[in-house]
Amino acid sequence: MPVNEPIIIADRLTKRFGDFTAVDNISFEVYPGEIFGFLGANGAGKTTAMKMLCGLSRPSAGKAVIVGHDAAADSEGVKRSIGYMSQRFTLYSSLTVGENLELFGSVYGMTAEEFARRRDLLCGELGLDGKLGAMAGSLPPGWRQKLAFAAATIHNPRVLFLDEPTGGVDPVGRRGFWELICKAASEGMTVFVTTHYLDEAEYCDRVSIMVDGKIEALDTPASLKSSLGVSTMDEVFRRVAASASRADN
Amino acid sequence: MGIFASLIKKEALHIVRDRRTMLLTLLMPLALLLLFGFAISTEVNNVRVVVAADRHSGVERGVIERLRANEYFTFEGLVAPTDVEAILRGGGADAALVMVEREGAVRTQLIVDASNPVMGRSAAAYLSEVAAGAADTPLITTTLYNPQMKSSYNFVPGIMGMIFILICAIMTSVSIVSEKENGTMNLLLVSPVKPGMVIFGKLVPYFILSCAILAVMLGVAYSLLDIPFSESAIWVVALSLLYIVLSLSVGLLVSTLVDTQVSALVVSAMLFMLPVVMLSGMIFPIENMPLPLQWISGIIPARWYIAAMRKLMIQQLDPGGIWLESVILFAMTAVVLGVAIAKSGLKRS
Repeated sequence: MPVNEPIIIADRLTKRFGDFTAVDNISFEVYPGEIFGFLGANGAGKTTAMKMLCGLSRPSAGKAVIVGHDAAADSEGVKRSIGYMSQRFTLYSSLTVGENLELFGSVYGMTAEEFARRRDLLCGELGLDGKLGAMAGSLPPGWRQKLAFAAATIHNPRVLFLDEPTGGVDPVGRRGFWELICKAASEGMTVFVTTHYLDEAEYCDRVSIMVDGKIEALDTPASLKSSLGVSTMDEVFRRVAASASRADN
Repeated sequence: MGIFASLIKKEALHIVRDRRTMLLTLLMPLALLLLFGFAISTEVNNVRVVVAADRHSGVERGVIERLRANEYFTFEGLVAPTDVEAILRGGGADAALVMVEREGAVRTQLIVDASNPVMGRSAAAYLSEVAAGAADTPLITTTLYNPQMKSSYNFVPGIMGMIFILICAIMTSVSIVSEKENGTMNLLLVSPVKPGMVIFGKLVPYFILSCAILAVMLGVAYSLLDIPFSESAIWVVALSLLYIVLSLSVGLLVSTLVDTQVSALVVSAMLFMLPVVMLSGMIFPIENMPLPLQWISGIIPARWYIAAMRKLMIQQLDPGGIWLESVILFAMTAVVLGVAIAKSGLKRS
């Protein structure tokens, strides 16, 4: 585990909607270059927590600091240093692959040269070179996922938030995608990823499991498994999430 | 390219590449204008008239000449007064002018088939003028501004009032809501772009599209539909631009109230289509409505826009004549835009 300054700090982060506490006093730290798995059943509060970390939603209590910026007070600073890929590989389907990338490049304030360099690099890595002129809407899910990844990392963010990035993609595609994630992390990008696939949790450096708005477990996959005396992350999740009362699956 | 420019480019490409929708939005106003202007016509045309007289006199010959010369009437022949009822019943004529001599003076009776009340009323009014002109009776009715009661004139402001609120409100609300639904809005919101810029980047292309529609409609109105062209056209354009901005703001407001494209469509259609058609004075005169409905029509932007357009296009009034409508539309724009911006999630939850 890296031992330098944390790049994401969640400090007693809480979000209440009326009487309902979606995220209940969670604290954790993520270090540069780490792949941090954020697990939890549907309704456990993952998305709400992620929104607060991205500066999209204001915490009711506690605070989140991303790359030195307070997510509530300086959401602009947070937004400049992060990339975000949503679960449905959201892109503009009426724009081509190249136009989508250009839009996000310009939205993140990249200069034309910076953008061209980064685009060529990313497209080379992802194999998107030949697809720049294709309509994003006509791409099969696997390619849309790669394009969404490229759009989220076009500005080379310090922290990358991935919200269930592999939903609806076949196992080979998922494996290929995790290779991309690992490569980005090895180059120094911090990756914060939510997923429902527990085999994917094995790729993470550390994993947290959220149950009913609280973080019930947080450690490396190996330690989690050995502390509970089980052999797979799937079993870990079942044990930890067994107490959940508001999960719907 | 600047951030704002690339946001506009994104939206413009989206509009242009959806060929069907774009063609529809450009052709629908045209089709409506031509339909209402020519096909769906409430003006009196081809009214078949028979003349009945108990004896030949100069009066009746004069009337027949005037009828023959008038393009709105078809003279169906001279008949005996006793046959008139049968002819009208059998549908052989739409109106009959019966002239009988009593005490040395020719008395004229006008009988009109009013089974279509609109046609009956207009035919009666116009025929009585024709007949009165021929006889020596001093009854002279004059119809101002639209002497032939051309309905195409009257419908142009109404159609413009409806089209803009429909296209602007529906298209912008659906397009903003679809970004919410697809999640692309979230992608932009987690980026450093200011939310206000995202919204305005969406509104500008629709504003330009609406201007194109305005140009098409005014082109048709001033050329094909023969609306008199004068310097009031400048005010027509200015007020229409204000109305377009108002309609876009309404679309923005709707997009803040609903979460799915379908509900955006339904809300826009229900909230605007019906009241605009029914209560704006486009079809039914506001003056004839019960008082509560008149009050309701006061909050419908189209009512004020249509009223102002009628004054400018048909009455050819000076801009001074539309100050009330202009002020109301301006105030409405300010309020709706203000509320829409405040509500549009530009603040974080």
